[in-house]
Amino acid sequence: MRYEAPESVEGAVALLSAATGETRVLAGGTDLLVQMRADVVDPDLIVDIKRIAETRSITEERGGWRIGAAVTGAELKEHPRLKKVWPGVIEAANLIGSTQIQGRATLGGNLCNGSPAADSVPALIAAGAVATLAGPQGRRDLPVEDVMLGPRKLALKKGEIIVSFLLPPRPPRSSDAYLRFIPRTEMDIAVVGAGVSLSLDGSGTISGARVSLGAVAARVLLVQEAAQAIIGSRLDLAAQQRLEAAARAACRPIDDKRGTIEFRTDVAAVLARRAALIALDRARTS
Amino acid sequence: MAKHHIEAIVNGDPVEFLCDTEETLLDVLRDTLNLTGSKEGCASGDCGACSVTLDGRLVCSCLVLGCEVGGRRIETIEGMAEGERLHPLQQRFLEHAALQCGICTPGFLVASKALLERTPEPTEHEIRYWLAGNLCRCTGYDKIVSAVKDAAATMRKG
Repeated sequence: MRYEAPESVEGAVALLSAATGETRVLAGGTDLLVQMRADVVDPDLIVDIKRIAETRSITEERGGWRIGAAVTGAELKEHPRLKKVWPGVIEAANLIGSTQIQGRATLGGNLCNGSPAADSVPALIAAGAVATLAGPQGRRDLPVEDVMLGPRKLALKKGEIIVSFLLPPRPPRSSDAYLRFIPRTEMDIAVVGAGVSLSLDGSGTISGARVSLGAVAARVLLVQEAAQAIIGSRLDLAAQQRLEAAARAACRPIDDKRGTIEFRTDVAAVLARRAALIALDRARTS
Repeated sequence: MAKHHIEAIVNGDPVEFLCDTEETLLDVLRDTLNLTGSKEGCASGDCGACSVTLDGRLVCSCLVLGCEVGGRRIETIEGMAEGERLHPLQQRFLEHAALQCGICTPGFLVASKALLERTPEPTEHEIRYWLAGNLCRCTGYDKIVSAVKDAAATMRKG
């Protein structure tokens, strides 16, 4: 097994493009090393992207925020300004594992691990985050909801890596929230996750919204019907009920040891409503 | 394939070692550098017995490759006491009987030290959440939490 730690995006892409055997990108390693240990994967080449400055920085860009794919959860949490603008994204990233895991786990890794239960992904999708990919044909942008195709299946082509994510500019009176259900308070994998981002107009009516659900389908879902259900409302009881119905209708979960189809569907509706109420409250005071 | 030649700083001292790609930082610490204080519990990042800091950041050394740490600064349990003088956390763990079998203890101490460096006056809630990735099957955690609180108070007094 070969290990390389290039210092440029082009270097990483060249290594991955030229490789003939199985390759893996190493960011925080909190999934990859566990999978290697369990003999689930046995890569011929590991490309560590943490020595590339672009994957490790958080910068303001065109009124939004660009977050490197290999920025850790702990670094996101400690950033002096991000938490105020994107509290939902930060709280979602910080639900992944323990303090130790937070010290290593990254947004890029959480997405590219390809789990429908990844905590940061519904929050990124709700936020309207766009992933910037680099590959042998150059760079392209892909909305986060289009990156994952199914469990362990990604839209990335051979030689492509995620370099960073762009969180869009935030209008005034906007905020977001992420909630997940697990049977305890820490250290578990989402049975259901729900991310909601919304903006209010001057009168307090919801002028824009995005709703995303995790662990209720083969990929993390962007639920446009759920967003439509609350746009134009003040999230009164009727709008909450429409949101719940739309969330429920979008669910295509599996039965497994973490939850049944019925339970996941019910919880998805409840979490979507509660996350929307938290985001609304935050938007009012933002 | 040839081994990686790595230079790093461990507990303040420059070290160099050779490792295979498959070897974790925990393997290197224990088997190559003979720093056996860091323990292997689960080898999957769930138990925290292998906790070390990497450039000041608390991590599980079982989830870091040895070849990743070139030029990095690593702190392990072996760097905690100053000679014969125990760190206040170590002292309080003894006084509170915050350990029984002791396998989890190095990880708890390293993790608690990282907490107190950031949060000198943690609440019980903060201590319990910070240490959620360190598992102990003996103590029931209460004595550990008390020891950390007490050590924090001692350290604030200087």
